[in-house]
Amino acid sequence: MKAPDFDYLRPSSLDVALAMLIEHDGEAMPLAGGQSLMPMMNFRVAAPEALIDLADLTELRGITVDTDTVRIGAMTRYAELMSDPTVQAHIPLIGMALPHIAHDAVRNRGTIGGSLALADPAAEMPALMLALDASIEVAGPDGTRMIKADDFFLGMFETALDDELITAIHVPVATPAQRFGFHELTQRHGDYALAGVAIAKTDDSYCAAFFGVADRATRVPELEAALTRQDNIKTVLTHLDQIDFTDDLKANHTTRQRLAGVALTRALKGMTQ
Amino acid sequence: MSRSIDIKLRVNGEDVGATVPARLNLVDFLREELCLTGSHVGCEHGVCGACTLTVDGDTVRGCLMLATQANGKEVTTIEGLADSGQSTALQAAFTKRNALQCGFCTPGMLASALGYVNAGGAADRDAIRQHISGNYCRCTGYQSIVDAICDVIKETRT
Ligand SMILES: Cc1cc2nc3c(=O)[nH]c(=O)nc-3n(C[C@H](O)[C@H](O)[C@H](O)COP(=O)(O)OP(=O)(O)OC[C@H]3O[C@@H](n4cnc5c(N)ncnc54)[C@H](O)[C@@H]3O)c2cc1C
Ligand code: FES
Ligand code: FES
Repeated sequence: MKAPDFDYLRPSSLDVALAMLIEHDGEAMPLAGGQSLMPMMNFRVAAPEALIDLADLTELRGITVDTDTVRIGAMTRYAELMSDPTVQAHIPLIGMALPHIAHDAVRNRGTIGGSLALADPAAEMPALMLALDASIEVAGPDGTRMIKADDFFLGMFETALDDELITAIHVPVATPAQRFGFHELTQRHGDYALAGVAIAKTDDSYCAAFFGVADRATRVPELEAALTRQDNIKTVLTHLDQIDFTDDLKANHTTRQRLAGVALTRALKGMTQ
Repeated sequence: MSRSIDIKLRVNGEDVGATVPARLNLVDFLREELCLTGSHVGCEHGVCGACTLTVDGDTVRGCLMLATQANGKEVTTIEGLADSGQSTALQAAFTKRNALQCGFCTPGMLASALGYVNAGGAADRDAIRQHISGNYCRCTGYQSIVDAICDVIKETRT
């Protein structure tokens, strides 16, 4: 199908874009890469009165490092993340996950900010942000605030955004004490994951964020504690019971729980050295 | 506020200007306004790859981009890739290997394959399969497409 009609707005600055969001009072949607929004509009699941194209907002671009944090502009495309030397050097987990996100043609348009704002439960980026203890920089009519990834994802396609735009993502620079793991199971390469996990290990302590398994990217504190204690993997996997696994046409909750266990086991085996 | 927008872009090396409805996507603009019917329309939600074309040198889904987002950009469709000779070797290899039957997927497949070859991709069947996993072919079973892409890489790198 084709998208229903809408007004196309192309603000030249962040302030103008924010004013447009307020003026349209919930009836306008920001447009980033369009790789989720366009399908949603073509399916007529989304029918905004207006689209606010973020393409000209220089405030939302660029990748910079300051001592211990990398700041990634929200409009950074997956393809740019893949080829960026700063990201490669300082956030190895992103490089491990990116080849699994969709296909070339989608990665050439889709943005990190768009993926986080969408909060698809099966998307890789939200889980990565949890595992990396990232913060999300957002701007609204009252100024700018930082939201910890742990507080950002509130449910299926639901975030802490409140008439706000994501401006950037702040990710701590990887330290020599850190190791990373990533694995996902899909029906075909580039599909959304049936179950997947992103792991960051700092000294002996683990942070593991699952995706594709529940209504949002999910950490299980008991499971992370068991990993940190170096419990036997069977014991670790029993803590998956804490997740309210999704049932859908592709996999029921029992299958998903098994797949989450497989993804975790493989991710642990494949941890960076 | 505008539901119809003036755009200027380059398509296959020629300057084009038009007034388009905001909701018109790029592939429909190319097919219906410019009669460039080489890019096909399958799913209209980004999964089949039939509409894959090139914008400023990057492969994109023509169904997931608005015509107005192509304002100021350089668009190359399969017609442009063929006329300029960029896809000649791939087209010959597709013919030789029987890598098309109905041909519906072929323009998108060629655009994706060209992206792989131009990026220096290896003649590695798994890597090629991964790369074209975003392009559906309902006829060939993919083997012959992978063969054709391998052939071109081997020919051009030896
Ligand atoms: C065939 C196909 C396969 C895919 N496979 C995967 C996959 O395996 N894994 C995966 O994670 N994704 C996948 N995707 C989705 C893709 O990653 C999207 O690009 C991404 O989810 C959204 O980014 P975008 O820039 O395209 O955002 P858009 O589609 O433009 O926007 C998405 C949502 O976020 C809002 N938004 C965008 N930017 C901002 C901002 N800065 N501030 C506030 N709100 C904003 C929009 O209003 C919209 O609601 C796939 C898509 C396709 C078409
Ligand atoms: S028509 Fe664009 S991907 Fe299917
Ligand atoms: S040749 Fe028919 S779909 Fe590929």
